[in-house]
Parts: sequence; C-alpha cells; structure tokens
Amino acid sequence: MTASIEIRSAPHVSGPRTVEKIMRHVVWSLLPICAFYVFQYGLSALASIVVVTAACLLTERFFVRTGTQAGSLSDFSAVITGLLLALTLPPGFPLWMGAVAGITAIALGKALFGGIGFNVFNPALVGRAFVQAAFPTAIATYTPSLLAGRFGEFIPSSLAWPFMLPADTAAWLQSKHLDALAGATPLAKWKFDGVLAGAGELLTSLSGHMAVGPSPLLILACGAYLAARRYLDWRIPAAILGSAGVTAWILFGLDPLRYPNPFFMLFSGGLVLGAVYMATDMATSPVTPKGMWVYGALIGLLTVVIRYYSGLPEGVMYAILIANAASPLIEKITQPTPFGKSAMTGMGKRRKGATYPLNPGYISREDAGAVTPKKRFLRNKPKKS
Amino acid sequence: MKLLSYFRGEAFQRGVHPPSNKVTAGRAIRRLPFPPKVIVPLSQHIGKPPRVVVRVGEEVVRGQPVARSDDWLSVPHHAPVTGVVEAIELRPSARGPWTQSIVIRAHAGASQEDLWGQPRDMAAASGDDILQAVWDAGMVGLGGAAFPTHAKLTVPKQAKVHTLVVNGCECEPYLTCDHRVMIEESDYLVRGIRYAMRVTGAVRAIVGIEDNKPDARAALRDAIVRAGTVAEGEIHAELVPTKYPQGSEKMLIMALFGVEVPSGALPLSMGMVVNNVGTLAALGRLLPAGQGLTERVVTVTGPGVARPGDYRVALGTPLKFVLDHAGAVDAMAARQVILGGPMMGQAIASLDVPITKGVSGVLVFRREDMTEREARHTYPCIKCGECVESCPMGLNPSTLGMLAAKREYDLMGSDYHLGDCFECGCCTYVCPSNIPLVQQFRVAKQILREKAVA
Repeated sequence: MTASIEIRSAPHVSGPRTVEKIMRHVVWSLLPICAFYVFQYGLSALASIVVVTAACLLTERFFVRTGTQAGSLSDFSAVITGLLLALTLPPGFPLWMGAVAGITAIALGKALFGGIGFNVFNPALVGRAFVQAAFPTAIATYTPSLLAGRFGEFIPSSLAWPFMLPADTAAWLQSKHLDALAGATPLAKWKFDGVLAGAGELLTSLSGHMAVGPSPLLILACGAYLAARRYLDWRIPAAILGSAGVTAWILFGLDPLRYPNPFFMLFSGGLVLGAVYMATDMATSPVTPKGMWVYGALIGLLTVVIRYYSGLPEGVMYAILIANAASPLIEKITQPTPFGKSAMTGMGKRRKGATYPLNPGYISREDAGAVTPKKRFLRNKPKKS
Repeated sequence: MKLLSYFRGEAFQRGVHPPSNKVTAGRAIRRLPFPPKVIVPLSQHIGKPPRVVVRVGEEVVRGQPVARSDDWLSVPHHAPVTGVVEAIELRPSARGPWTQSIVIRAHAGASQEDLWGQPRDMAAASGDDILQAVWDAGMVGLGGAAFPTHAKLTVPKQAKVHTLVVNGCECEPYLTCDHRVMIEESDYLVRGIRYAMRVTGAVRAIVGIEDNKPDARAALRDAIVRAGTVAEGEIHAELVPTKYPQGSEKMLIMALFGVEVPSGALPLSMGMVVNNVGTLAALGRLLPAGQGLTERVVTVTGPGVARPGDYRVALGTPLKFVLDHAGAVDAMAARQVILGGPMMGQAIASLDVPITKGVSGVLVFRREDMTEREARHTYPCIKCGECVESCPMGLNPSTLGMLAAKREYDLMGSDYHLGDCFECGCCTYVCPSNIPLVQQFRVAKQILREKAVA
C-alpha cells in the first residue's frame, strides 16, 4: 500500500484562481459591452466582432498546434484579444481587414514572443497599430451609431472583397440624409472642427447619431465588476484616468479656449476602454503595486500629449504601447520593500491600531534602550521635526 | 469582515485566507493506545542528535532517558513506553534518509504510567533551575520547527527581554491541536507561561490567538483569572485577525505590536521571545513532575480519515498505527500523507515513519482529493501580481520565479531578497498559472546555502 503514496512539496492545497477562470471572467464582462456595440451599429458590428475573434482564435490554434507558443485555446486569452480588437476598430471596417488585424495581433503580438504571458505588447493593440499603418483611411472612417435599419443591412464598407478597398460611405450616408461630418468621432470633431460633444452624449453614447464606441459608463461598470472580483487591478485604471484628468485639467486651466475640458478628455475616444481593459492586460503591465501607479500615470500623460499635439485624433493606443515597452523598467525600479527592510524598521514607526505598546510602560527608559535595536542606515533621511 | 479588518488596521500586509477545514476543533483530545513497538529517532530536532545511553535488551520504563547529550543545541529523549529496547538501528525518517533510531517493544499489559520523574518544587526554582529542567525534559518547539526550547528561552547577556509572546495562532488549515490544548490544558499553559517568564525575565506575556478561536481565548482568560495575580508579571490573551501565515513569529509581532522585526534579526532584538502554546503547556505539565516529553497532541485529519480528531500520541508511534486507529478510509485510497499542515507540511514516503516531537498533524488526502489539482495545467507566468499581493514578506515571487527558471540564483539572493523568504507557500497557493514558486525558492535557497559553505 505504501507504493501508492505520493510525495509532493508543500503547499499541498491551492487557491481557487486559475488562468482559465481569470480569462473567462474577463470575456464575460466584455459581453455586455459587445452587446451594446452591436446595438449601436447593428449587423456590421456583429460581423466585425465575429470575424476578428475567429481570426484570432484560428491564428492562436495554428501557433499552439505547431508548438511555437505556450498555452492553449481553452485559456480564452485569444478571445479577449479578438473582442477587444473588434471594439477598437470602426464598425464599418472591412471584414477582411479585420481578419488581417486579428491574425497580426496574435502572430506578431503574441506568438512571436512565445504566447500567453510572454508578450511584451498588448496583442490587440499590436493588431490595431498594424492596420492603422496599413489602412489609414479605412480605420479613420466612422459611421454614425443608432441608424435606422442597422440590423437589416451592412455598412457597405464592411463587405469589401479581400484586398479590395472599400466603397466610400459618404454616398451611403447621403442616402440616409446625413452629411459626412456625422461620421466623425467626437475627438476628430474637436481636433479638426473645434466642436465639443455634450457630457450626456459622451457618457451614455445613446443620444444622436454620434460615431462613438460603447458607453464609458457601461465599460466602467463592467470594469468595476472585474476589479471587485480582483480579476483586474484597480490601480491601473485609477492611475490612468487620474493622470489624464489632472494633465487635461491643468492645461484647461492654463488656456480654456485652446484645450477642451478634462471631462471631455476622459470620456471621449477610447480612453476608458483602454484604461479598463487594454492597459490592465496582466502580462504587459508591471506586477508591483507601485509600478502599476507609475505605469498608469505614464499612459494618462502620454494620451493627453498625443491627443493635443500630434496629427492624430486618438492617442490611447500609442500611449499604452509605449508604456508596455517601459513596463519591465518600471517594474525594476519599483520593487516592493521586503518586510523588515524598510528604512523605518526599528525606528519606532508602528502600524496604527496595534494592540500593545512595544515596550511595557513599567520598564525604565534605560532598560528600554537596552533592547531597541541599533539604528540602521537610513536611505531616506526622515525630516527633523 | 475584510472591510472591518481594513478599518481596524490590518494585522500584517498581504497573506492569504485558505479554507480552514478545522473540522476537529470541537472534539476533545483522545488518547491513542500505545503501539506494540515505538521508534525513537535520535534526530528529532534542530541541532545535534544525542547519544544513546541504553543497550539493546535493556528494560526501560516510560519517561526514562534513553538518549542524552551535553551539546548545547541538543536535547535528551525519553522512553515513550515501558518495555524493552529491541534494536538500535537505522529506520526511515520523515525527511527521507534513514536515521539512527531506538526501537522499543512495549510490554503488553504494562500500566504505562510515567514512572521516572522526580517532583520538583517549582515555587522555589530560579530561572537557571527552570532552564536546566526544560533541557532535561527534552523540550523542543512543538509547533513544528522543533527548535530546542531551552536554547530559545536563553537570553544572551547583552540582550534584555521584556515580553514573552505566546503563539496560539495555528494558522495552518486543518490543524487544531494547539486549539484543543489551549482549551483543555489552559491551566498547564498559564503555568508554563509563568515558568518561561521567570526564565527569560519577561514582565508581560501576551498570548496571540487567531479570532476564529474565541473559545480558546475565553478558556485561557478563565485560567488567567484562576491563577490570580502572578509574581512574574501580567498575562494577556489577545485575539489577532485570522490570516495565513499569522503563526509566523514576525507576523504575530506585527499584529500585536505593529512593528517590523528587522530582516535577518530575531525577535530577541526587540526584547521579545516567542513560544508556541503547545510547548508552554507541555512545560507546565512536565516541569513540576520532573518528567520528560514522552507524548504530544497530534491532529489526525484530512478527507482520507474516518475518525478525525486530536489524539494524544506516544512519541515514536508509527504512522501506520496512528492511521489504523483514526480509520484512514481504505488505506489503498490514501494518496498523500502529510506531516504538519497543508501549507508547509511534509509529504512522507513511508507509513513506518514515527511521530516525532515536531509533528503537529497528520493529514491524509485521498486519490479523488488530488485529481482537481493534478488536472491543472501549468501556464507561463501571466504576471497577474497575485503572488506579490500575497507575499507576507513583501517579496516579488513573480520575478523570483522567472529568475529561478533561468537559474539566476545569485541574483535572486542579492537583488530580490530571497533570503527573507520563509517558505510559507502563499505565492504557490494563489498562483493562477500553477507555477511551483515556493518549491523553486527552496531549491534556490539550498543552492545558495551550499555555495556559501563552499
């Protein structure tokens, strides 16, 4: 009977979290957002989500099968990449270009580095960066949301033949009695025409025929669910939104005519989606709590800078990619301080709410001096009071 | 609950909350019958093994010293049963290699009373007398580390101790032996605390008990009241938040006093000595009678045990005997037998291994309990940061794990504070990628130790 006993090294129990579980929860939390997106843009959005996700899954399967990449299809990470990528593309993005984006995302963004956990850059953003460079016109062509009959017909550009450029949507829009300007995003409108969208429109994405993504409120709600279950780290979105908000607020205070208000900065474009879902990608963000704050602050700052000063209306993607590249360095300089090694150890600094005084009061001062450890070298000299 | 502890101030940062599974907490300690044969390994503790002072064929009575040493970091062993020394030979040990052991065949029908001890007048005993008595009793830390108690209670000349911290946390899941001891032997415990205070010169003693054991604290408070004013100083029983690894002495000091013991230093440098409740309760029981340590309370539990409970077991009882009595459900289904708790305990290879002084629990998992864990796929590190959020020592297990995979052991030691890791296993417990982090750290620490020697 002893032969059947196995030896393992402690610990002999394991926690309930698994990679699959984390990824599955992220996918679930993305489903309401996708549903809202489909509700906004109808058939084309649905087709785009399906095609892009399928392209990601097929590419992942190919690389897993050929053994170039760790992980497996059942870990759901490629589904997340696909869904997020589809959400960042315009709804009328030609489907074949969407497939190219999906293939690039997994092949160049993930498999190239060795698969799940090894990727340096967020795969979805790698895919988007590639198609932004390859198809600059198509990716800037937005169509208004909530059009009548959106569930019955495709946006004509969606159905372009592979390797063919899509038809111009302007004619199609005219047939709907809308001008071409209606197809611009709030950010592009502000950048190129100086028109600011209203707060309610931005928050809910519901009023008018705006060319916007899913409602930031919905994204924040889904993110809050994930953060509450600890499937994403709340520090990163908090740091991004905080830093972008503060930077925009300072600039707005300096020159309110030239710069938009911070509220517009936070809730327009893809900042909320990027902050909650893209930047929090575990593999590409720092593991250290302090590092997460630095990383988030960097993204927020870069986003505002790119949006204000570059030729592009949107800067979230590049901000996150740059911060991804910086994340190993950030991690290196923000290592946590081990227990008992902080500069204040043994210097009489105590946690609040401790039950007992360190030295009993009935020990005389000389006696207490005999037991306090020798002063340690202080890296950060405390201020003299 | 978590919110509450947030407002109260956390006991210590990070840590984990594994399901406690303390099913045996409500059951009284029962005595296990004496086995026909006991095996007393000479090396049951940290430090040198003592020399054998009996011959093969010699009759010994329960409580008689059978091995002894003058070495400071060594303790004597006492015969756990009345019987005859059958052999002095190599026997399997929990650590793996066979070690020199004394095999004693018990006399069937012997009363098995402790016949050896000479009662002492403890009221008159000085600190040094008590220290000698502790040494003679063969006491080691019963919490699991098995460090000789007399060495732990000894205060170096240049240091001064003001506080005796008594560790009643028992943060390991499943284990309840300390819990039961605190309830059933609270008077012995208070007595043992007084002895330890006299030895160390501490003027207060604080018993830290996790707040999932309020009954233990109540029992202890009653015992403290019964003892009345004691000459040695004050004794308090305090609840600390339930969290693994609260039973680590530095974490307990953090919870009670809110200070960090400096890395690499002992609690002694803060004027404190930490002892386990089981150890002190045993002191309170053994010292007045002048007896040696011949038995201990062991939690026998786990899904594979039919009659789980806390048993008073004679030292040297083979595990097979223990498990037969506790009803290890169908021995063939037993897949893993662990000495200690599930977080830090040691899986053993043979059921001939005896219960030694440092064994606090025997845990049996069945085949079906292991399937879910075995089915788990091991992914590369996805850098979720869970391990960083759970390491009580504030290390970065994620980076350490990646360095270990690349065998950068020196870098782990020099830049990532590997030496501070005390192998609590929180990182491996929480890892969603199922990476054996703490296992790699053990290897790395061992390699660094060997390098340091060479």
